Amino acid sequence: MNTRQLKQRFMQHLDPVLLAGLGLFGLVSLAMLYSASDGSWLRVLAQFGNIAVAFVAMWVVANMPLHYLMRAAVPMYVLGMILLLLVMTPLGVNSHGATRWLNIGVATIQPSELMKIAVPLMMAWYFEKNEAMLTLKNYVVATVLLLLPIALIANQPDLGTSILIYASGFYVLFLAGLSWRIMIGGTLAAVASAPFLWSMLHDYQRHRILMLLDPTQDALGKGYHTIQGMIAVGSGGILGKGFMNGTQTHLDFLPERTTDFIFAVWSEEFGLIGNLLLLGLYAFVIGRGFIITANASTYFTRLMAGSITLTFFTYAFVNMGMVSGILPVVGVPLPLISYGGTSMLTLMLGFGMLMSIHTHKKLVKT
Amino acid sequence: MNRHIELKNHQREIYYFRLRLVLSLGFVAVLLFILLLRFFYLQVIRHDYFRTLGENNRIYVVPIVPNRGLIMDRNGVVMAKNYSGYTLEIAPDQVKNMEALIAELSQLVDISSKDIRRFKKLLTERQALETLPIRSQLNDEEVARVAAQLFRFPSVRIKARLFREYPFADVTSHLIGYVGRINQSEIDKLEEDDAAANYMGSDYIGKTGVEQSYEKQLHGTTGFEQVEVDAGGRAVRVLSRTAPQSGSTLMLTLDAKLQEVAEQAFGDYRGALVAIDPTSGEVLAFISKPGYDPGLFIDGIDTESWDALNNSPDTPLNNRALRGQYPPGSTIKPFMALAGLFYDTRSPSRTISDPGYYMLPGSRHQYRDWKTGGHGSVDMFKAIVVSCDTYFYGLATELGIDNMHSYLERFGFGRKTGLDMEGESSGLLPSPEWKAKRYNQIWYPGDTVSAGIGQGYNLVTPLQLAFATAILANDGVAFQPHLVKEIRKADGNAVLTENKQLFDLQIEPEHLKLVKNAMEAVTKPGGTAAGSNYGVTYRLAGKTGTAQVIAVKQGEKYDAEKISEYNRDHAWFIAFAPADKPRIALAVLAENGGHGGSTAAPIARKVMDYYLLGKVPQPLQKVTEKTGTEND
Repeated sequence: MNTRQLKQRFMQHLDPVLLAGLGLFGLVSLAMLYSASDGSWLRVLAQFGNIAVAFVAMWVVANMPLHYLMRAAVPMYVLGMILLLLVMTPLGVNSHGATRWLNIGVATIQPSELMKIAVPLMMAWYFEKNEAMLTLKNYVVATVLLLLPIALIANQPDLGTSILIYASGFYVLFLAGLSWRIMIGGTLAAVASAPFLWSMLHDYQRHRILMLLDPTQDALGKGYHTIQGMIAVGSGGILGKGFMNGTQTHLDFLPERTTDFIFAVWSEEFGLIGNLLLLGLYAFVIGRGFIITANASTYFTRLMAGSITLTFFTYAFVNMGMVSGILPVVGVPLPLISYGGTSMLTLMLGFGMLMSIHTHKKLVKT
Repeated sequence: MNRHIELKNHQREIYYFRLRLVLSLGFVAVLLFILLLRFFYLQVIRHDYFRTLGENNRIYVVPIVPNRGLIMDRNGVVMAKNYSGYTLEIAPDQVKNMEALIAELSQLVDISSKDIRRFKKLLTERQALETLPIRSQLNDEEVARVAAQLFRFPSVRIKARLFREYPFADVTSHLIGYVGRINQSEIDKLEEDDAAANYMGSDYIGKTGVEQSYEKQLHGTTGFEQVEVDAGGRAVRVLSRTAPQSGSTLMLTLDAKLQEVAEQAFGDYRGALVAIDPTSGEVLAFISKPGYDPGLFIDGIDTESWDALNNSPDTPLNNRALRGQYPPGSTIKPFMALAGLFYDTRSPSRTISDPGYYMLPGSRHQYRDWKTGGHGSVDMFKAIVVSCDTYFYGLATELGIDNMHSYLERFGFGRKTGLDMEGESSGLLPSPEWKAKRYNQIWYPGDTVSAGIGQGYNLVTPLQLAFATAILANDGVAFQPHLVKEIRKADGNAVLTENKQLFDLQIEPEHLKLVKNAMEAVTKPGGTAAGSNYGVTYRLAGKTGTAQVIAVKQGEKYDAEKISEYNRDHAWFIAFAPADKPRIALAVLAENGGHGGSTAAPIARKVMDYYLLGKVPQPLQKVTEKTGTEND
């Protein structure tokens, strides 16, 4: 094989448009980590490693034919559920008041991350299986498949992941054609039962929920994050303070500035213009996802591609909303930019699937 | 057929799916637009607000406390100074379990139970966000030990600070006073005076004495540093700096050595002494005995030491020289004599016969002379020399209370001298108006009789009596008594205190001559203060006095032996020297000392000897009660 053939083989199942967007995200991520860690290369190099690993995983998934993915759906889901149950046993590792990790001897893993892919995959697989004759029963079963892991994850507690998984599953239901009547009815039922649920809660639980809704009530605790984040964003102005010049970032006022609050760093240093560019970049990648979804050839791939795209958007929206103070702080990283290997890997696996869906469709016969 | 339905379903399915996809796209677009609006709101509309918050976050104004001015005596001997030292301080707001923290700290450095008690008292009166010292004066080794463990105690700080030290301790405690931690009422007062900003970083303020009355000059001007801080409050960078201006150094009029000699001269007696240069008003010595250790108060006194001081029968916290009010007793007599001469009530040569008591016309009540049987034939000169009570009972009656009041008032009795120290008492110079107001009673002739020998309602402070003596010594020309001679500013400029002449009584020279000669004779054989002034080589003028603590009933005799120590008479002595050209005038009070000649006069003699001759006395023993002829 000559170089050209090699290149062609390498690029065969990658989507150049998506790849360009992801590449830009990679650059933004590295630059922001450099600034957020005050000019240290340590985090930058580590994140580069995360990106590299995630890229390889993406390439592998992108090159996988779709029936491989479908075949993996049930085992992944079952494995994820088993691991989630194991977290509740003494094998679970408690940290900062939440039990989200599992000690498997060589390392600790977070089973809920696996479920971010396994749940929509399982649901999409289920709908594909029953594509011929979808009845209400199928939607009920799919909803149960969704709510079971969410119940376990919310119990850890991990509100951020629960919300994201719920969103990804809901998108599958929505795209699979869940009737409007049920959606509206469900929403109304939830609203109607809220006062009753509220009355069932303990005082401290109510307090925590109120705190979540109005962080200024807890200015030194969780509210501190939001307040400092809003100061960073607001003080950035239209043009920003300039790369490496954010005072909120460089004087330690901004907590978790390499992870959940990295958007505040960007916003402080590049201002409204920078935010527009970043929103544009997200819109670009999401738009590409929509195009791939619209052109997907099977029921399964349509549901899967739609869910991946919309979940990616949800990540970004929840994170930016929380940093800019319109959503409660729930612990969701900024997708593709925040420091962290696991979320990078999960996201890139998703993009790998998108690419696979896009590049394998000619081979699939319907 | 089946195939057809399936195909139709398939197309419908795709149609529905794409419809939902478009709806999703709309959902995404709307939410992205909401984010955009939010960014616009934060970064454009409210940008100024958040920029200010950001600046406030990072820029702190840090006060730089000025060095407190020194206090020196007239010769440059330091009486209050600063030394730098380390304190171990705790920020109570950040402590959950104070007991446990103290227990842990005491494993690193010695923390005595006294330290802990003092700290707990501070805790009850602390200001918000303050750090409080639990231990002061850490040595280098202790500092190193704590510093190495500091990471374990986020609420603990080691602070390098300037401490106040008073080398003369209790000898100057009532004069210099002390500084202590600023309390709430002082903060309120500072705010009222618009001076709170200048005290932003200050922990201490003058509480009593010169430290209090010259607080403004001693404190100096606080400097400021604008620093950029990180979220942990650590300074990263200094943006601007305004240097503090150290407080002024005070040069007192006082002579430290004289002060020491005077303090020592008291021996075990309680009492007070004020010595004034009559030609300038400069206060040369200012004693109130017993004193106390002013160092105890600097970082807040512990309850036990406070109770000990506060409940002591010797009342060491009472500034007797400034606030102690006592009957002047016979020390009033030279001034009474001048009054008699001024109003021409009695000529110097007029003699009376003293049977040992005085009776008001038409009354059988006997006002007794201190000497049973009386002094025989007595003129004005002799009346002063032997301190004849009978003579002055009569003089007072003849003068009348109104003349007495208006004349004695000229010498400053009954009002504050205006010394540059806060909290002075005004004493009491009685008058019929005063009595009517105070007791709603008329003035009886008998009141005038008692007042004539400085008893009855009369009250003076040692400072007042010293001031009056100085006026007399300086031939009626009064200078404002003052403690500070010079204020040396930190920039090197010095402001000298002007010797302020208050008034000139324009006393007839013959009157002065008579009274001064008589007072000189008091210290010579035959006088009431002869015993302690044997062999004096300069011309010393004086007058003894005895202030009754409890009244002796009609027909009873005062017997010192039978009365408890605290009820015995107070001994007075006023003096000036050299008599022809006085350089020093003083008043001595020995509480419960009995007779002025035996206890107070020897103290004055030692002070005079040192001041005029440079004679340093041997350590003084307690003067024995009553020695021979010496009497009041």
